[in-house]
Amino acid sequence: MSKGKKFEIALVLIFGLVVGVLWLRGIPAGQGLGRTAVGFGFNIFKVLPCAFVLIGLFEVWVKPETVEKHFGAQSGLQGHFWAMLLAGTTVGGLYVAFPVAVALYRKGARLAVIFAYIGAAAIVRIPMTIFEATFMGIQFTIIRLIISIPLVLVSAELLGRFLHKHGYVLRT
Amino acid sequence: MTFFYILTVVAIGLSLMIDRGKSWQALRIALKRFLHILPDLLMMIVLVSVVLLLVPERTIARYLGTHNIYLSAALAAILGSVTLMPGFIAYPLCGLLLEKGVPYLVLGIFSTTLMMVGVVTFPLEQHYFGTRVALIRNLLSLLIALIVGICIGIFYGEI
Repeated sequence: MSKGKKFEIALVLIFGLVVGVLWLRGIPAGQGLGRTAVGFGFNIFKVLPCAFVLIGLFEVWVKPETVEKHFGAQSGLQGHFWAMLLAGTTVGGLYVAFPVAVALYRKGARLAVIFAYIGAAAIVRIPMTIFEATFMGIQFTIIRLIISIPLVLVSAELLGRFLHKHGYVLRT
Repeated sequence: MTFFYILTVVAIGLSLMIDRGKSWQALRIALKRFLHILPDLLMMIVLVSVVLLLVPERTIARYLGTHNIYLSAALAAILGSVTLMPGFIAYPLCGLLLEKGVPYLVLGIFSTTLMMVGVVTFPLEQHYFGTRVALIRNLLSLLIALIVGICIGIFYGEI
């Protein structure tokens, strides 16, 4: 286990301890912290196990050629199209998008496409978009999508190409 | 969400029917990858709890509703970047703020940074992509959020 990992685990344990003590002493901050941590933790852990099982199945069953064809070096704009589609149906948030993106990369997806996927998973998730439209008005959602999608694609393409040129390889 | 569970169960069921060995291998991979990022996930939960304690919803409401649209926009970018909340909390909050007269521009920046820029997910992102790339991606996302907000503001005639 790396030094950073150990440090993180120690920090998490200290946090748990502090929250526990504050809670037992009836200090409101402790209860607030505890409630957020448990509530948010629950939110994450109800999504992630399924997400990782699907990632596992994806790694075992999907042929690299398939991913390469749709998301790989020769995929061009089509790669972005599939990335958008996949992002639209992604659940959770960035914390789900990152491992999914890395799984795609391992199977041969190009960098620009996985960055487009991450960006899109943040801004075009379909259930979330519907929710947004009901609270903010459909106009707001449409303008936001029309402006942000091209920006995400262009920035992903620039970032992907830049990193590719500099020999960046994801540690997987 | 229910659909997602059904999908997972159906997928693993099909997989088991076709090839038991491969299915177990998939589950092993799932567990391995999950345990690998668990410390970063726990770290993210800690960061979220601390951030939400320091900037609760009413503080966000106050900062986004200043009478200076540029100040509110800047605060929206900062708050949206450092906080993380699920859509079903964020959008009702935005809807409420909208009724209180907070400009679309400010809410566009807030909601976009909320989703695209992640200070609290940074340890996780760093784990997968390295510090430099995580930093560049977040800065690019911040820039995108600002452009989106300004365009929304222009559309609604706020600036």
